[in-house]
Amino acid sequence: MTEQLIEKIETMEKKHEMEKHQREKEYPKSSVSIKIYRANRRAGESPHYDRIEVPVQRWTTVLDALLYAKAYKDQSIGIRYSCRMASCGSCGMKINGIPRLACYTKVSELQGREITVEPLPNFPHIRDLVTDFSQFFAHHQNVEPYIQNDDADLHEKNKLTEFIQTPEDVDKYLQFSYCIKCGLCYSACPTVATDTQFPGPQALSQAYRYFIDNRDTAPKERLNLVDNRHGIWRCHFAGSCSAVCPKGVDPALGIQLLRGHLLGYSKNEKKVAELKERQKRD
Amino acid sequence: MEHLCSLGANNKKMTMLRESQIMKIHYITAVAALFVVAVHIMMRIAIMPYGMSLQYGNVIANYQSIPYVVLLESILVLVSIHGFNGLRVILLELRQSKKWEDGVTVLTIAAMIALIAYGTRTIIIANGLGVE
Repeated sequence: MTEQLIEKIETMEKKHEMEKHQREKEYPKSSVSIKIYRANRRAGESPHYDRIEVPVQRWTTVLDALLYAKAYKDQSIGIRYSCRMASCGSCGMKINGIPRLACYTKVSELQGREITVEPLPNFPHIRDLVTDFSQFFAHHQNVEPYIQNDDADLHEKNKLTEFIQTPEDVDKYLQFSYCIKCGLCYSACPTVATDTQFPGPQALSQAYRYFIDNRDTAPKERLNLVDNRHGIWRCHFAGSCSAVCPKGVDPALGIQLLRGHLLGYSKNEKKVAELKERQKRD
Repeated sequence: MEHLCSLGANNKKMTMLRESQIMKIHYITAVAALFVVAVHIMMRIAIMPYGMSLQYGNVIANYQSIPYVVLLESILVLVSIHGFNGLRVILLELRQSKKWEDGVTVLTIAAMIALIAYGTRTIIIANGLGVE
């Protein structure tokens, strides 16, 4: 009886050891080396990489690792972030060669013990991992990303109105409205890399988003905005924009759908959403 | 920022055709060229052996057949339009300035017209309508 018990305990210990070993095999990283792109051209600092060793857990994100490095190793690291939950789109950077959100990328999902972080390509560089989004936002602004409908009287404060849309109407543009303007698609786009006047996947997919929205009454004007030498026709359909989007938006799809309307084989037969007045609650 | 906001405004300076119309022509010429080039290749191998079809007498005979002349002229026009517009699109991406873009557009149109004119002249001479 005692021998049996000892044998059982030994078997359990062995099993426990094996499980522990297996766990370590699956999550072998207790620390990683972050290779950070550093450059401050204004201060005359030439580009170079700094390697910083950072402790990590299973749930550590690249942003967590960078903030640890900034807090305890080198406070001069330039990084932009805000919400830490993939909502604001501030912490976009090139992680191991692919544009990603640092707050949405776990260290455990990356290969190897070294993580390379660089600023987003296709954006003017400011410092370290921080890039200038002015041009990106200007392109976004140029596609007039808002509902244009003269019937909606925004100035009459006492009147409350709402557009009546069916779920099918909403489905047509819903995925494109998930865009958080993080710029990952813009940085992955091969056309933007050569043509700075190309609006980029983000702006073009937003053009489609408002074009197909049945609350909007200016579809022709929207088509004219993107139908030019550096407009929608310069898209090579590489599809890298859709591959890197952290919110599951498919900008390449939006671009192709909009092209279909421009070529005339897709018809935008939307019935403009009815504007209904409702009583203001006290 | 003002300059950045006018990025789109610069693009609105349009030429005779809208870009969507140009691209429609681009795609239509591509499909049509595929068809006529396929017929042209089939004529090389379907009627007689390939080597024989390229002999001097047979080539001249082709040029003297009016339907074949129409086919050759179609290939010339369609491929020239499609090819030179493709070249224009590639060159437009290299630089972004009004001068460059207008220069590229004018040069590619001129080159396209020159190639079509030269090719048509060859067809006419080989057909026997030209001055010996």
